[in-house]
Amino acid sequence: MTTHAPTRISTRFAALKEEGRPGLVTFVTAGDPDGETSLAILKALPGAGADVIELGVPFTDPMADGPAIQAAGLRALKGGQTLAKTIAMVSTFREEDTATPVVLMGYFNPIYIYGVERFLADAKAAGVDGLIVVDLPPEEDDELCLPALAAGLDFIRLATPTTDDKRLPAVLAHTAGFVYYVSITGITGAATPDADLVAAAVARIKAHTELPVAVGFGVRTPEQAKAIAAGADAVVVGSALVEVVRRTLDQNGNATANTLPGVEALVSELAEAVRTIKR
Amino acid sequence: MTALNSYRTGPDFRGHFGIHGGRFVAETLMPLILELEQAYEAAKADPAYHAEMAGYLTHYVGRPSPLYFAERLTDHLGGAKIYLKREELNHTGSHKVNNVLGQILLARRMGKGRVIAETGAGQHGVATATMCARFGLKCVVYMGAVDVERQAPNVFRMKMLGAEVVPVQSGSRTLKDAMNEALRDWVTNVHDTFYCIGTVAGPHPYPAMVRDFQSIIGRETREQMQEMEGRLPDSLVACVGGGSNAMGLFHPFLDDSTVEIYGVEAAGRGLDTHEHAASIAGGRPGVLHGNRTYLLMDDDGQITEAHSISAGLDYPGIGPEHSWLNDVGRVTYLSCTDREALDAFQLLTRLEGIIPALESAHAIAKVVELAPKRPKDHLMVVNLSGRGDKDVPQVAEILGTSLGA
Repeated sequence: MTTHAPTRISTRFAALKEEGRPGLVTFVTAGDPDGETSLAILKALPGAGADVIELGVPFTDPMADGPAIQAAGLRALKGGQTLAKTIAMVSTFREEDTATPVVLMGYFNPIYIYGVERFLADAKAAGVDGLIVVDLPPEEDDELCLPALAAGLDFIRLATPTTDDKRLPAVLAHTAGFVYYVSITGITGAATPDADLVAAAVARIKAHTELPVAVGFGVRTPEQAKAIAAGADAVVVGSALVEVVRRTLDQNGNATANTLPGVEALVSELAEAVRTIKR
Repeated sequence: MTALNSYRTGPDFRGHFGIHGGRFVAETLMPLILELEQAYEAAKADPAYHAEMAGYLTHYVGRPSPLYFAERLTDHLGGAKIYLKREELNHTGSHKVNNVLGQILLARRMGKGRVIAETGAGQHGVATATMCARFGLKCVVYMGAVDVERQAPNVFRMKMLGAEVVPVQSGSRTLKDAMNEALRDWVTNVHDTFYCIGTVAGPHPYPAMVRDFQSIIGRETREQMQEMEGRLPDSLVACVGGGSNAMGLFHPFLDDSTVEIYGVEAAGRGLDTHEHAASIAGGRPGVLHGNRTYLLMDDDGQITEAHSISAGLDYPGIGPEHSWLNDVGRVTYLSCTDREALDAFQLLTRLEGIIPALESAHAIAKVVELAPKRPKDHLMVVNLSGRGDKDVPQVAEILGTSLGA
């Protein structure tokens, strides 16, 4: 359980519960395709209907990601994105938006090299609310999870179809903010999840925790988002959004006039679909 | 540095060797890794498993591999008495089969019908494809597209053996990317698939398990040296990519303080060029592929591309136990450039009639340096981890000699 003061994440999920609807969590990669465009996208997400923002921290070797997010990370790295720049992006975002939760999502090595203590202090100061670090299971909680909780950041754990009832308590033990249920066994953006199976899995997790459950991996269209959100507290869409970025680039890989509006349009459609669900 | 009571007790129950090792994997894989650890512990305690393995090692792999006195190389260098541990004479042509046999027998015990593997030079891929053919298992090998190109003979061998070879186009298109892709496969096919890792790296229990399977190299060497010289060797030399052949030779000797131990990393075009694969000499501790270990990376923690003439050493990391052995000072890690390896490749071929793999040639190159500085009664063992047939087309191209001429 969390020990620190509530973050924007719990405030936002409480508000969604009040509104009686599920939330939309959007993932974009920081620095994709360049710093300026990426910041513009970040700033536009809340207005387009994103309730929670996951900001991908690029890494050269994203073991759990499919081709779309791998490519987005490489585009960002090629553009010179670093963890320091990603933290600075959140800082700039916070000048205008103090309500939308921002979660950094990535892999441990860039954080480890930045230095855990320094990273937590800088991220917290910039207005980051939570962390999802794919390659840190509960077995490695001493590395970042426990220090993050102590620093007042939510550590959001992934639960997967292979996480059985015996293991679930260990996975949930130090999870804070929300639980991210990975709807498929596989990499991001790969298979299409089965909404009924997902709803059953969410119910199973909820039997073990009071935390909200967001569901992601493989959710692409407004229709799928609606179907998955119906059985969860929120739905996460990532690969489909970074694919819009890719499709709107020019031949040299630079952003075009269609990049920002393209992402905004898909987020709006997703938000509209998710908001048709009333509880 | 204070000597430890024993260098052979690691890892701890969480898979750590000092600060190195661990289990840095996605949650989807965590239950599989715990299941594997349990299955391996059970097999280790089962005499039937060991008996089965011993039978195949003798009759299928062809063990024990000889410990051979390299007389002409010894005379040529004029110092230490040099012995070659002939792992290249194993079935499939390298030490890789020792580990694959252990893992495939484990996969069978676990009821897994599909095996995946990553490969660099193709030696591990060939060994895996071979054992899968022998036991009728489906086999998929991930190999960087660059390596597919430079190791064509091994690609063909794997295909003949019935394996599906998937050229990996992501990232730097070499061994690290093949490992990423194998992990992505495993995360997707969790129920029927066994991931057969080829070296002493990856999440716990792989580094310890692969070391255990490879330790037969060092155990045999001890016995053979006792028979031939009536004592232990004075020094050991082996090349290190991920480091499985080296760990296999070193581990049974770690507590024998009189034995000097040298691991040889690939220095590529030179340590000062950034085009190398020497993780200890040119890297720092970080987290990749399920473990903490020395890695090549930039200041932002992004993994950089390794370079080596030898595809089997072309990896920006090293097994975590090696990283720890470096930190505690028990093993000395040296490095060898592409050029030195090529020279050693030719030297051994001419003097002993043995064509070494380019990987093993890195170890030979350091023997060329170390042996002349040792007395004639110094017993030096070098692990000849693989044969060089697979490298002949590449070497011919580099040396500018057409094979047809």
